Amino acid sequence: MTAGSDQAVLMLSDVSKSFGTVVALRSGALEARAGSIHALVGENGAGKSTLVKIVAGVYRRDSGTFLLNGVPVDFGSTAESKAAGVAVIYQEPTLFPDLSVTENIFMGRQILRRGRRIDNAAMYAEADRLFRGLGVHIDPRRLALGLSIADQQIIEIAKAISLDAKVLIMDEPTAALSGVEVERLFTVARQLRDQGRAIVFISHRFDEVFSLCDTVTVMRDGACVDTRAIGETTVPEIVNRMVGREVQDLFPKQATEVGEVVLEVENLNATGTFHDVSFTVRRGEIVGLAGLVGAGRSEIARAVFGVDRYDSGSIRMKGAGIPPLNPRAAIKAGMAFIPEDRRKQGLVTEASVAENVASVIRRNLTTAGLITRARENRAAGPWASRLEVKTNALDMAAKTMSGGNQQKVVIAKWLASEPDLLIIDEPTRGIDVGTKAEVHRLLSELAGQGMAILMISSELPEVLGMADRVLVVCEGRLTAEMSRAEATPERVMHAATASQEVAR
Amino acid sequence: MTSPTDTTAHSHEELALLVEPSAMSDRERLVKTVLRSRELSIFIVLILVIIGATAKSPSFLFSASGWRDLLLTPSMLILLAVGQTVVIITRNVDLSVGSVLGVTAYLTGRLFIDQPGIPVIAVFAVAVLAGAALGLVNGLLVGFGKVPALVITLGTLYIYRGILLTWAGSSLVSASQMPAGFLGLGTRQILTIPVLFLLAAVVVVAAGYFLQTARTGRELYAVGSDPDAAVLYGLPVRRRVIGAFVLSGALAGLAGVVYAARYGTVSSDAGTGIELQAVAAAVIGGVAIFGGSGTVWGAAIGAVLLITINRALPMVGISDFWQQALVGALIIAAIVLDRVLSARQARKLIEARDEV
Repeated sequence: MTAGSDQAVLMLSDVSKSFGTVVALRSGALEARAGSIHALVGENGAGKSTLVKIVAGVYRRDSGTFLLNGVPVDFGSTAESKAAGVAVIYQEPTLFPDLSVTENIFMGRQILRRGRRIDNAAMYAEADRLFRGLGVHIDPRRLALGLSIADQQIIEIAKAISLDAKVLIMDEPTAALSGVEVERLFTVARQLRDQGRAIVFISHRFDEVFSLCDTVTVMRDGACVDTRAIGETTVPEIVNRMVGREVQDLFPKQATEVGEVVLEVENLNATGTFHDVSFTVRRGEIVGLAGLVGAGRSEIARAVFGVDRYDSGSIRMKGAGIPPLNPRAAIKAGMAFIPEDRRKQGLVTEASVAENVASVIRRNLTTAGLITRARENRAAGPWASRLEVKTNALDMAAKTMSGGNQQKVVIAKWLASEPDLLIIDEPTRGIDVGTKAEVHRLLSELAGQGMAILMISSELPEVLGMADRVLVVCEGRLTAEMSRAEATPERVMHAATASQEVAR
Repeated sequence: MTSPTDTTAHSHEELALLVEPSAMSDRERLVKTVLRSRELSIFIVLILVIIGATAKSPSFLFSASGWRDLLLTPSMLILLAVGQTVVIITRNVDLSVGSVLGVTAYLTGRLFIDQPGIPVIAVFAVAVLAGAALGLVNGLLVGFGKVPALVITLGTLYIYRGILLTWAGSSLVSASQMPAGFLGLGTRQILTIPVLFLLAAVVVVAAGYFLQTARTGRELYAVGSDPDAAVLYGLPVRRRVIGAFVLSGALAGLAGVVYAARYGTVSSDAGTGIELQAVAAAVIGGVAIFGGSGTVWGAAIGAVLLITINRALPMVGISDFWQQALVGALIIAAIVLDRVLSARQARKLIEARDEV
């Protein structure tokens, strides 16, 4: 089964990388051989992307071995890795939208004719040849603007081939693709393998890993756990190694009494993002919204809160309808929303902690339309201390705090408005382990006090550990709903990857 | 689990024509591109304006001076619009061109006064180089300062003008102080076409040819289309941005000489406010204000349209206030049109994808 030569084209072992106090990668390892497709699997946050970015020259490793064709290398930029024959195809490629696909392939190294003029005809012909070789139909003259993600990836692959890259790393390329597009990508990948290139394929979908790859490396908590030939392993075995710990210990979840329905979402549709989404959240309940990155979870949450538009469907809070595209009405009805990107959407980083916390309840703090700092501090104080936000004074600017403390300030901000429903997107992304546990304890406590919580999370253990009920989103549709008892990593993963094409 | 995605046996035909291949011949494509181009639509607007004004007063086009003014008046703005276009394509803006024009126009006069007998060609060279140097200052500040070009060039707009005010004071360069041969450039015609317009046309063609066919030119578009992607591609982003500002400065320097030749009198407020006309000409001509697309042809036609409207409206009896408002409406209409078209295109593409 194992194809390819003995010599590993790409070899990393014992690679580590930290960002400040956060260890992203403890002991990463990866091997890729010519003529082979190597799978890299692991939960979100296991360190796959960090490892890939080290290979791509985006990050520099702190320690460990990194060999390319048996020679130690240390890339300081993406240009260096590219020159050495490494190409990375990202989940969402970066192309120049205003330029033709041909120009995107050849930018910076266009084919020239007499007088150093660009030879468009030759470039179109070469692009056409590349696309034909890949077995795809793309007009070389069309703009990159509006290309589907799948087609953008094909452009990136064509670029890699025209650069004659020997190592291709595909970082979750199928996450946003439809079934037909995945098939097309696989055909291309197999073809590249048969040309003697080494391919690393990162995916969450096990059926894809098993149908495409010949070797699989499992990562967990920033380390490589296991590498096996695909024939010698099974899906349950891989899942076991990926999860690999008892989630109950990490997530002490209070038993709560589930009360009446707070949020009712019915048949919500938005063209191109999600379809027929219906669910409820009850008082005292944490509902986990699980699924792959790009499945449409955040978009659903943003539509419910009134940030994004939707085409049809209804949203009710405690029985009363919520108008679309009106976050103020949503807040008034008792909703709170903590977005994924705190720095951009949840926090005024230049403002003080007190100002941030008081920002949503300003209207209740005003005297004749004016706010005093003393009033703000009085209102913010109890919340910040309850959350143990470690800032010396409430006057400190939010941007100087750690990610964990920022998250706590954002939570405090919304709790000050005493919501009935809290929607929280990736509550612990980018937070160190200690603070993570605190955020979890807090969420559990809030639910215990009767708040309804809708929690979006890509970290499977977090969903399984925290949620009373798990909703799984796949390609914009709810594909499963299970109770805490029913939810296992395997079942959630299965539902999250069960696209309609695979179910056939 | 059977492997449902084993597709090695699939034929290429079955692999979904996700994007239709182009079946057009080269000539069809050329015709279609031209017909759909923004340049053609504003050219038609220009023709309509000229027809309208001529209908009202035939001398607007059918007199020797009317024909000459139609081409001569916009020449200076065309030069500035070309430079501005190159800068805007890189997702920057150069607001200092009016001041650069003022400095070089006055410099032109001073050269004739202080260096009697200096050849005209040398004056051109010195003014262009001086403009390029001022543009280089802009480029270095933008490239290394990590401050938006809007702010930097707003600052240099005042600084360059301040330098000129200090240098010129209240003194004027008048026509009598410049050689007749030089001033003649302002009125001389070849086959009824003004020389200064020919100069502007040569610059437009050269810049357009460069942007279309040189690697550097295409890289300018790439930088403006997505600066982050440009870095990932390994393009010399900073060098390209600086280069764009140098070109814009040099063309403003050239426009300064043209100003001196055309008007004969240069005071310290020469070119005040013309930078906004240059931006307006580019935007009307279809240059995207956020970079990455647009052509100098469009910007040049935009410049002619802007000037021609300003000249035509008084003939139709529209008051000064409404002239300004109309130009403003034209700019807003151009931008709104861009937004509407691109939003509609994006929505169409997403819906089409949803149905696959």
